[in-house]
Amino acid sequence: MNQITNEGLILACSAVGAGLAMIAGVGPGIGQGYAAGQGAAAVGRNPGAKGDIMSTMLLGQAVAETTGLYGLVIALLLMYANPLLTRFLKL
Amino acid sequence: MVNMAASAMGLLASIGEMRILLSEEKTVDFFIHELIPYNFFGQTVYITTTHVCELLIIIGIIIFALVARFKIMHAEEVPRGFQNIIELLIETLEKYVHGTMGKHGTKSYVNYIGTIMLFILLCNISGLVGLRAPTADYGTTLCLAIISVAMIQYNNFKWNKFGAITGLFQPIWFLFPINLIGEVATVVSLSLRLFGNVMAGTVMISLYYTLMPVVATIGIPAAFHAYLDVFSGAIQAYVFTMLTMVFITNKIEG
Repeated sequence: MNQITNEGLILACSAVGAGLAMIAGVGPGIGQGYAAGQGAAAVGRNPGAKGDIMSTMLLGQAVAETTGLYGLVIALLLMYANPLLTRFLKL
Repeated sequence: MVNMAASAMGLLASIGEMRILLSEEKTVDFFIHELIPYNFFGQTVYITTTHVCELLIIIGIIIFALVARFKIMHAEEVPRGFQNIIELLIETLEKYVHGTMGKHGTKSYVNYIGTIMLFILLCNISGLVGLRAPTADYGTTLCLAIISVAMIQYNNFKWNKFGAITGLFQPIWFLFPINLIGEVATVVSLSLRLFGNVMAGTVMISLYYTLMPVVATIGIPAAFHAYLDVFSGAIQAYVFTMLTMVFITNKIEG
């Protein structure tokens, strides 16, 4: 087996880290699904209030999405603007 | 802490310097391109695609506003054509702001909310005409969020007077750091929400265009554009303005 260079190790670990960061997508998925389910139930009970229910549901879903997007930003950082590699190369 | 934040922002801004190479020498290109370098107090900075796209959108909005003003000044008793569209747009915006903020400031805030909503919406759907969405640049969304938070804090101090400071020590004094972080985190959450959504859409669409054979890039991407650009963009414009209004109303009502 060839010797692994330091840069290679950093890049490999960053790729694994980017993948792990995207596990953050699980939480918003569950939350958004739950919100949509509750919204559907609410429309079933009171079809007249569909507009209000819709806007409240979308707002809640968008806020729930934020934590997943933090994970996405971390993953994008690790893949395209790797701060660890930059720090290593400046040492 | 400040240093770390600054370097993170610098890294996000420097995304444009990199390219990814795939097999068969295809390159995925969803980065910000640097067009014209210029000197700014000894530092070389660039006019980027973001600036160009924003400028186009601003010019578009200004032309629309001028035409709308001309039409309204020569308004007809029975509206038709373009005047109908303007009235519909303004009435929808007023109803939207009134529905959220109630009696507090439909008059004072409909201008700001309407402007920022039109701008974000046009930015988000500018991917349809082949531009790179300006809101997929963290610089843009951070500025928008800072403007909104300045608005929120201005209202906090205007309506609560000294209570804006003592409110940070509620319910008990040693929660002060957490309350302070909560106020500052609004900037981060508002800006990252918009940036992350639009950036994810941009990445996915450009990946599809690059990786698929040319035959598959005719017609099929319309579905991607419809969801990622139009639907998601409209939702994000709605959410950004709605959250701004909710925060402002919270501050006004104390």
